[in-house]
Amino acid sequence: MADAADGLGLPVGRGIAHSVIALKWLSAFWRAVGPVVYALIAGGVLLLIMGRNPIAFYATTFRSGLFTWAGLEQSIIRLAPLLLMAAGFIVAFQAGLWNIGGDGQFLLSAAMVGGLGAPMVAVMPYWLALILLCLIGFFVGGVWTVIPSFMKAWYGMNEIITTLMMAFIGINLANILIKGPFLSTKSLVPQTDVIPFKYLLPYVPGTRIHVGIIVALVVLGMVHYVQTRTSYGLRLRILGANPKAAVHAGINVKRDIMTAFALSGGLIGLAAAVEVLGVWGYVRADWNPAFGMTLFAIVFLAGLNVMVVIPFVAFFAVIQIGGHEAARQAGLPNDFLLLLIGLILFFMVLTEWGRRKAWLERDRRRRGRRAGGSGRAAEGAVTNE
Amino acid sequence: MTTPDTQAVASPAPPAEPPIAVELCGITKTFPGVRANDCVDLALRRGEVHCLLGENGAGKSTLMNVLAGIYLPDEGCVRVGGDEVAIACPRDAIDVGIGMVHQHSNLIPTFTVLENLMLGQGEGVRLSEKKALEGLKELSATLGVEVDPHTEVGRLALGQQQQVEIIKALWQGSKVLILDEPTSMLTPQGIADLERALVELKKRGLAVVFITHKLHEAFSIGDCVSVLRQGKLAGHISADVLRGKTKDELQAMVVDLMFPGEAESLAHVAELRGEAVSEGSRRRVSDAAVLELHGVTVAAKRGEVGINEGVSLTVHAGEVVGVAGVDGNGQRPLAEAIAGQRPLAGGDLRLLSKSVKRLSVGGRQRLGLRYVSDDRLGEGIVSPLSVALNLVTKRIGAAPFWTHGRTQNNKIDENARQLVDEFNIMTPDVHTHAGALSGGNIQKLMVARELCFAPKVVVFNKPTHGLDVKTTAAVRARIRALADGGEAGALVISTDLEELLELSDRVAVLSRGRLMGVVENRPGAEREIGALMIGETRGG
Repeated sequence: MADAADGLGLPVGRGIAHSVIALKWLSAFWRAVGPVVYALIAGGVLLLIMGRNPIAFYATTFRSGLFTWAGLEQSIIRLAPLLLMAAGFIVAFQAGLWNIGGDGQFLLSAAMVGGLGAPMVAVMPYWLALILLCLIGFFVGGVWTVIPSFMKAWYGMNEIITTLMMAFIGINLANILIKGPFLSTKSLVPQTDVIPFKYLLPYVPGTRIHVGIIVALVVLGMVHYVQTRTSYGLRLRILGANPKAAVHAGINVKRDIMTAFALSGGLIGLAAAVEVLGVWGYVRADWNPAFGMTLFAIVFLAGLNVMVVIPFVAFFAVIQIGGHEAARQAGLPNDFLLLLIGLILFFMVLTEWGRRKAWLERDRRRRGRRAGGSGRAAEGAVTNE
Repeated sequence: MTTPDTQAVASPAPPAEPPIAVELCGITKTFPGVRANDCVDLALRRGEVHCLLGENGAGKSTLMNVLAGIYLPDEGCVRVGGDEVAIACPRDAIDVGIGMVHQHSNLIPTFTVLENLMLGQGEGVRLSEKKALEGLKELSATLGVEVDPHTEVGRLALGQQQQVEIIKALWQGSKVLILDEPTSMLTPQGIADLERALVELKKRGLAVVFITHKLHEAFSIGDCVSVLRQGKLAGHISADVLRGKTKDELQAMVVDLMFPGEAESLAHVAELRGEAVSEGSRRRVSDAAVLELHGVTVAAKRGEVGINEGVSLTVHAGEVVGVAGVDGNGQRPLAEAIAGQRPLAGGDLRLLSKSVKRLSVGGRQRLGLRYVSDDRLGEGIVSPLSVALNLVTKRIGAAPFWTHGRTQNNKIDENARQLVDEFNIMTPDVHTHAGALSGGNIQKLMVARELCFAPKVVVFNKPTHGLDVKTTAAVRARIRALADGGEAGALVISTDLEELLELSDRVAVLSRGRLMGVVENRPGAEREIGALMIGETRGG
């Protein structure tokens, strides 16, 4: 739009400038939200094909995920671990480190927190136990990244492979812990001992939402501050944007790879601790919410910005909570929700591709128009000769 | 277009001129963001060397790539022998007799000379080695060059590779030969060989296009000269005019065409003086060594030449030491090893008489060692970051830009505004992302970053490579000023011998990862350096 005004030679006044800015924001907004809308439409068509009423499905989704108090509470409770995990991914991705093994870090931390939770609250003040358990979650998640990040920093080994492998090991190690040393004798199914309900994370006053959401928001604010306002944040950004430039600039790349990875894993471990201590109080064997894979798409939709990611994750939480109920009512399996997420990803890629193509096309046309006049004049000159 | 001489381009050709081999008519080519060629007409005549002059980005290479079928023009056409021909791909160009020798070799390094020639023959399934051998002999005899047909191309010196490329182009039956900056990679002797070969080619009636940005080459090699500026044909100097004028007159004409209205301000720019300059050192060099290399060796990465034999070299305060050599002879490994970006395989490196061999990149920087990389976009800058941040990427965490790890944006911006001003970096704003700047301004940004905060020794790797004349002059002035200050020394690694002769007090010659010798920069140094360069390349 700015270009169009430019091309017409219009005096770009204050009003136009404002509307240009507004349009830019609008287009940025649509770029993010568009894929979601398209995905909902495509999902609606699928629902129609399966003989369900898409409007009713989505209405139920949003009613039970957002527009009822209980549903909203559930969504916000779900938001806490999702946000922390998203922040964990963003810290690594911004530094150009592909921490694909988030689910392994999450489950191993969850198993440790779940296994140690009940014994710890039994022997110490519960607030101290909760703080220590959160730290343990953070620590375990961070430690689980040490092998991949060491391999990456010292030997340049591809972290996508190593984190993925460590995730397999982590997930199964978590199960071994739950079925072995942490196995509860009081339960028929394999799980850890249950932390008494009264010792779980306290509620935010006046609600039934545990304080995990506050922890998450505070952590997100801190991550944002570090990323934008500190030397460490700048170092990680350089590392992500151009690792060779990081070496050239004299940045201690090995140290920063290790710390960024540890921070990433730590935040994901903290997400696990908050989920276990806020919602469940125990961890069952073979439990795997697999938040990681879907969050990948979301953090990219949000442009790896921890502030922008909040509404996206919130939307995802609503779809998860509300969609669960909607799928139940429509007699559909829960997998339908994953299908919706997949569609969002698909349309996100499509929108980005279309936007680039349109931009190139517009650019070419504009030049073509400007070139047109002189081009014809040139032809004339040639024939005259 | 204003001087009467340059209007020769529009006037009909006098009958005495040789026939036109190829004609470019109204060629226009645009890329996103650039109009590389704007309605350019050019006539290439048989038996003539047509020099194409212009700054970087003037559209010389684009125009020739259109002719060679690498780019499709948006508008305009190519006529061969008067008939319009469609050149849609390099194959078409070869078929109508247009051959191009690119700046960088397109030969397959692991194939022998003969195998490279037989590639792209495409006549039948069976390759006739005997026929090829005969052809090669004949061609190399005409050109007066000697090439062993069974040597792997990768083992040849760059000048010889270029000869093979020319032979290959002739082999394919080229009537028009395009040489894209053929002298940029050559030793002085190599350039002399090339000139001799061109005389032979002219005798055979070939039309040769010679792309260059060096005026003196254009005058000594070219029969006629065309000047491109900002994609347009700025003017043409016909063969008659070229013969009838003195060097100074020609030079004034060309400078006026290349930089209309700026000739005055550019009078001091050495590269425009039309001849290679060899200024002896006029600087007083102190005895204090700032950088000492003692038997430094560096391991090669895949596909490059490392520093195989211990390099010993000293840079004193107030001194510019040049490192000459054809590209790819160990320059980058040497520079990176000094900067600390890769380890030394052997030897010792001393900064202000203190061994820094074990220090990290950052540690050496803090002691005053700076490195201006030749890989501007690859490692020199972080494109998505702002100009202001790029100016402090080597001081991350240091006061006054950071206090206790907190970013002080006002200090960073203030520093940037000052440097942008002082070093004349053309940028819309200090917050513009650095990747949006032109190559010359990125280089100025890097130079500004390395020269502030009291450097002790600055390593420049190809500091003016690919820059336009004005930026080149500005960068060289900075290097000179650094040494003139007397506090710091400079190590200038360059493939441009003229640059080194202009700047250095001493010139070291690097070849095949060995230091061939160090030459005092005095009149006649050029020949000595050339001898050192050739001494190895012929033998290796």
